[in-house]
Amino acid sequence: MIREKGCPVSLVSPARTDDPWAAARAALEGLPDGGLNMAWEAADRHARERPRAIAVRWTAPDGRAGCVTYGALAERAARFAGALEALGIAPGTSVFGLLERGPAQVTAILGSLRAGAVYAPLFPEFGPEPLQTRLAGGRAAAVVTSVALWKRRLSKVIDGLDPRPEVLVADADGDPPAGTHDLRALMDAAEPCTLPVATGPESPAFLQFTSGTTGQPKGALHVHEALVAQHETARSVLGLTPDDVFWCTADPGWVTGLVYGVLAPLSVGCTVVVDTGDFDARRWLHLLGEERVTVWYTTPTAVRLLRRAGVDFVRGHGFPHLRRMFSVGEPLDATAVRFGEEAFGLPFRDTWWQTETGAIMIANAAGDMVTPGAMGRPVPGIHAAIAHKRDDGGLDFVHAPDTVGDLVLWPDWPSRFRGYLDAPERTTRCFADGWYITGDLARRDAEGRFWFVGRADDVIKASGHLVSPFEVESALLAHPAVAEAAATGRPDPVAGQLVIAHVALNPDYAPTDEQRRALLAHARKRLGAALAPREILFRDAMPKTRSGKIQRRVLQAEDPGSAAETPATQG
Amino acid sequence: MDQETLKQEILNQLREAAPDADPDSLEADTPFRDQFEMDSVDFLNFVLGLEKRLGVSIPEYDYPQLASLEGARYYLTEKLG
Repeated sequence: MIREKGCPVSLVSPARTDDPWAAARAALEGLPDGGLNMAWEAADRHARERPRAIAVRWTAPDGRAGCVTYGALAERAARFAGALEALGIAPGTSVFGLLERGPAQVTAILGSLRAGAVYAPLFPEFGPEPLQTRLAGGRAAAVVTSVALWKRRLSKVIDGLDPRPEVLVADADGDPPAGTHDLRALMDAAEPCTLPVATGPESPAFLQFTSGTTGQPKGALHVHEALVAQHETARSVLGLTPDDVFWCTADPGWVTGLVYGVLAPLSVGCTVVVDTGDFDARRWLHLLGEERVTVWYTTPTAVRLLRRAGVDFVRGHGFPHLRRMFSVGEPLDATAVRFGEEAFGLPFRDTWWQTETGAIMIANAAGDMVTPGAMGRPVPGIHAAIAHKRDDGGLDFVHAPDTVGDLVLWPDWPSRFRGYLDAPERTTRCFADGWYITGDLARRDAEGRFWFVGRADDVIKASGHLVSPFEVESALLAHPAVAEAAATGRPDPVAGQLVIAHVALNPDYAPTDEQRRALLAHARKRLGAALAPREILFRDAMPKTRSGKIQRRVLQAEDPGSAAETPATQG
Repeated sequence: MDQETLKQEILNQLREAAPDADPDSLEADTPFRDQFEMDSVDFLNFVLGLEKRLGVSIPEYDYPQLASLEGARYYLTEKLG
């Protein structure tokens, strides 16, 4: 069973008579016999009231497209849950999704939640090592995948897992690869689960892996109650209503794609646009108009790529329906906000949250004035502060405006992660004096707006995704040429940060161009392109602390490429 | 520039942007991304590298045309011609 092993931190807020989330809780329906299930709120509720309303409209670069009504989505999720039951996948165990974006992925997410399983998303670009680590760490009972991803990724790691998870292939088309199940055949044969498994607000719902500076990636566990904050922020921050057509470009292998690409907008009852393709300026702009998108949620990397295409090129497309644009994943610089206004006639509104917070915490919300370069203000019900950690582990709060410190949040809010799976000591380290320490550095101005400054640790933020130096270094150290390795971030005008590896070679190995390429290839094969370093810098020795720890900050400062163009964080 | 030289230039740039790509087993008509590890940042580096290497300017909205060896060769032939 996937459970946090007793969160050692007391997270009970002082008794309060006013629950700021009471209205948000009441906005969800709940299961007929009590309890709460995300899939019920995201599909069944609307299927009953508006069965023919469109839940998902998907489109592919090759021109294929289709749509799924709320009625059909609820039916598919019910059959998917029935298929899991037929395979003996028990409620409370974890079902991983290694899928391309598309309707099958939405079915897998909702079907798993409906079965009471814990859904754990995987990014399809992960190489074998990140996949293996997450599948083993999350105790996978089953993995839902596609023929292509089975062949290219999963089949290479599955036999190293003990116990070996069941593998369900969504597009097997009657001919599943050996050792896998044909998901569609199972769903056709299954008895649909008319009612979800009776989950409650505190039942585990999804497990999202995230990266830290040290150690393996951490599985942040979320419960069904997280939907309270996700649903509320979809309405109050993104301003979504059932009449909206909403497009979130993030991949559901990451937390934004899962929460705001699927769960939150479907719980509101709007139409979700899913594009199976990758960034393509011309096609994306065409889609915004063609799909009549009203609210768009994307990333600074996409915004910066669009900027490269130019204001005139963007203006050449029509978006008469577009009302609001949001961005997430890394600080949105002021020029990018203004680019939105020039090219689209709308500002990009920055939002801030992270895997552990489970929902947007700070934002330039719909209806608020946009402050270019700022993260925005805390959403109602969220208490954010700037503090300095004392050596004794306590916090000193910073009251003076524009002073940099740790961004901390006061529990409790419904979508707070309930702990890192099997790592209670790491969960404990995230809290001080009862406050949640986000790991981000920020400042608050005199008007109460927050401004992102950077990470407090050595985690690298590449294209908005956290990359653990440890994971990169471990892969490099597995190469016989490498004596020591350290990974740092280098500012990049498009990706925000690039992963750079600093390597000291073993004797007998020369720092040649050929060696550099061999190490890059080695890392990419193991980690996949998303986590692998883009550049190797050879060094004779590593700068170290007296205790022998490699000083990544020194390496970062000495990186000759770090003087490259840096995205402005303000101004 | 003759076709063989152009192809070699493209392959050399590919080796820079995606060192794990094996030019010998590359299928010319299949997108790079379906054959080896290549994400959007790699692809951007590939196109920017080609611009530098060949002294051409490639607008962002034309990038998708360079998604395969054959696509890149065709696009650049037109551009250089």
